[in-house]
Amino acid sequence: MTAELRLSRSELWQPNRNKNKLVENTVKAITAAFAFVSVIATFGIVLTLIVETIHFFGVVSPLRFISETRWTPLFSSAQFGIIVLISATLRTAGIAILVALPLGLLSAICLSEYAGVRVRKILKPLLEILAGIPTVVFGYFALTLVTPQLLQPLIPGLSGLNALSAGLVLGLAIMPLVTSLSEDAIYAVPRSLRDGAYALGATKRETIIAVVLPAALSGIVSSLILAVSRAIGETMIVTLAAGQTPNLGIDPTVAVLTMTAYIVQIFKGDAPAGSIAYLSAYAVGMTLFVMTLLLNIFSFWFVRRFREKYE
Amino acid sequence: MIAQTPPSPESASVAAERPYYPNTSWRYGLDRLFVIAIWSAIAIAIAALGLLLFDILLDGLPTLSSQFLQGFPSRSAERAGVYPALLGTIWVMLVVMFVSFPLGVGAGIYLEEFAEDNLFTRLVEININNLAGVPSIIYGLLGLFLFVRLLAPITGGRTVLSGGLTLALLILPVIIVATREALRAVPDSLRQGGYALGATRWQVIWEQVFPIALPGILTGTILGLSRAIGETAPLIVVGAVAYISFVPEGLQSAFTVLPIQIFSWASRPQQPFHAIAASGIIVLMIVLLLMNGAAIYLRNRFQKERL
Amino acid sequence: MDSNTPLPNGTSEVVLRAKKLNVYYGSNRAVRDVDLDISENTVVAFIGPSGCGKSTVLRCFNRMNDLIAAARVEGSITFRDDDIYAPNVDAVELRSRIGMVFQRPNPFPKSIYENIAFGARINGYKGNMDELVEQSLRKAALWDEVKDKLKQSGLALSGGQQQRLCIARAIAISPEVILMDEPCSALDPISTLKVEELIQELKQQYTIIIVTHNMQQASRVSDHTAFYNAEATEKGNKIGYLVEYDRTEVIFQNPAQQKTQEYISGRFG
Repeated sequence: MTAELRLSRSELWQPNRNKNKLVENTVKAITAAFAFVSVIATFGIVLTLIVETIHFFGVVSPLRFISETRWTPLFSSAQFGIIVLISATLRTAGIAILVALPLGLLSAICLSEYAGVRVRKILKPLLEILAGIPTVVFGYFALTLVTPQLLQPLIPGLSGLNALSAGLVLGLAIMPLVTSLSEDAIYAVPRSLRDGAYALGATKRETIIAVVLPAALSGIVSSLILAVSRAIGETMIVTLAAGQTPNLGIDPTVAVLTMTAYIVQIFKGDAPAGSIAYLSAYAVGMTLFVMTLLLNIFSFWFVRRFREKYE
Repeated sequence: MIAQTPPSPESASVAAERPYYPNTSWRYGLDRLFVIAIWSAIAIAIAALGLLLFDILLDGLPTLSSQFLQGFPSRSAERAGVYPALLGTIWVMLVVMFVSFPLGVGAGIYLEEFAEDNLFTRLVEININNLAGVPSIIYGLLGLFLFVRLLAPITGGRTVLSGGLTLALLILPVIIVATREALRAVPDSLRQGGYALGATRWQVIWEQVFPIALPGILTGTILGLSRAIGETAPLIVVGAVAYISFVPEGLQSAFTVLPIQIFSWASRPQQPFHAIAASGIIVLMIVLLLMNGAAIYLRNRFQKERL
Repeated sequence: MDSNTPLPNGTSEVVLRAKKLNVYYGSNRAVRDVDLDISENTVVAFIGPSGCGKSTVLRCFNRMNDLIAAARVEGSITFRDDDIYAPNVDAVELRSRIGMVFQRPNPFPKSIYENIAFGARINGYKGNMDELVEQSLRKAALWDEVKDKLKQSGLALSGGQQQRLCIARAIAISPEVILMDEPCSALDPISTLKVEELIQELKQQYTIIIVTHNMQQASRVSDHTAFYNAEATEKGNKIGYLVEYDRTEVIFQNPAQQKTQEYISGRFG
């Protein structure tokens, strides 16, 4: 296109447009290839999980996977009831959400509506530190402090490894995520809406609960879903503090084996490659992946459906 | 000409014959409860953070020594050290950095500056969103399949390279998103100024936009790296070994990293191992602190240059 | 215009009275020495160039300025002889008696019904809520347009409808005064006309203060007009003050002040 225009008139001024074009196209192709790496990664994940899960289902029928009520892959009469692991994950993740949602949401309200500039400048970095602590550290905290020194004195008979302690600390670990995403959503609610409520004689609390939070709902819900997905997929806290004992039920005071902890258990070196226990870890991984994917899709749909547009 | 009517001090509420009973004292009571609730929530979080840090310092400081830093794993807690794990972490991080930075920044530049709105772009964008939500342990399963087994001739199996590549994929979405945000923050007028001089798109990006976006990109990258440094689960799956009595010598070396060493000590039942796990945590947190300090330093320096 | 219209300082009951009103933002004085009486059941227009403090004065009447940390009010405003800035006066209660409509329509992200019921509910309304919603929407001339979709989001309405919804929302808690801060500036001409007609209706029952940039609007809807102007200080910021306050026809046809004359005839502003 530029060639036809004959833009360069001066002899001194002869930009090499062909070379520029070539450089540009090369760069574009390379960066596009880089962008494509993410697609390959997803493809790789899905393919890996599918291939090994199919191998697994070649030996253990999917029906057994969903209907059995025990998880004993290393026994001679092996059973593969995924419900056992799911019930463990739901216990730790459920407790985590019960901690992270109120703490995170109230903290978000605090930061955006109540804390002054100076207090905020102190609190935000502290929450960032909390968010940046590796989960293995939280696991250590749950195992060596929360269970023996905080919970066992309160709940006699609490097992040294238990879903409760893991869940509580997991909640603490994901709370900063809820806080920061909810705060963004709350902060984005326009001032005019708050003014509208105040002008009707609403108090600050009434304004926040009846107007600001509903207006920020899509952002808050998506932060919550992200937190749930994080809680389900978190590994180190539950591996260290919740135990390795497959346990079906809803009791949070006993040791449990979550999906992620099972995968760690297998790859820590117990099971030989290609064995049925090894393959079962991929089936569990697949289940985990599907659960987080569904949450992701739901969140995407919810935000699209319920996001309110403000000028 | 203004009528003199003194304000009557006692009557604050001018009663009206309306069917409204605002009951403000009750409502203000609820407001006070609400204020207490929100400050308690944040106080609980901060107190828990304080307790955690205090607990770790209390447990770990006594056993943190130069011998611990230079020592190798041992069957006795008194003689064990983190040296191989510390070096393993550094090795893996170098791999992660050299792989994820160009890939992530390149992808970010493509999506923000070159990409047309077509199926490919949308596919990539949806992908990145999804990848960010995939649990890290799943990346471990991918790494095991792809790098450890399929690409074994290149990576050498359960090695520094396999671990680094796995973590590089894990933090790729973080870097892409940070890059895109940094590029988006550069005002369009700057780009148009470049185009008006006859520069190509790439010339504008490379000479005008990228330098301004760089601090943001670097900060995002360091945050991604700090996430990678604390990751344990994917490396367990990829096969970092907890008991390693040598220092990695190359990309194809077997390795362990700090979080895995901490995990393996913490999961022992004996108390002395818990103490050195806490010492290991202190070392890990110091590394993290240094990285975050670097991020803040970089950001400040670039910001000053710009002004 | 009706010749019985009471003058600002006339015999009809004074609802709101500002005396030596000064408003500061931080250390800057934004408005100085405003003295003003608002009589019952009149429409008072505040006009003047941008930055003359007319909106600032308006927001003093329901203490919305309290919400801005740096804002400070001196002087007094009395509402039916009670000083609204007295320590024993509760701003929340005051606002339930002095309603407000804003420049941009700001319906809550709730259903049309809930938009109206919200204010009534927090103010402890004990009557029939359905009736109140209907009445308020009828008074705001919106009922016929929305009666079949009360459960729909208020945000789904057009801009003009949203603004009438906000007026209905304000009426629902039966305020004695309604403050309107450029209520038509974000609306198209047809919606503007509807809101103006509505104001004419509402003045039978309410005292209305309306800030407007539009002088035709002021002359169409108001009984009294207050003209504000701004002057620059040595520090370079602007201070708003009240130039002239009189019956609207006087302001527009025979103002006492030169500045008013110049503004009315379009020489500045």
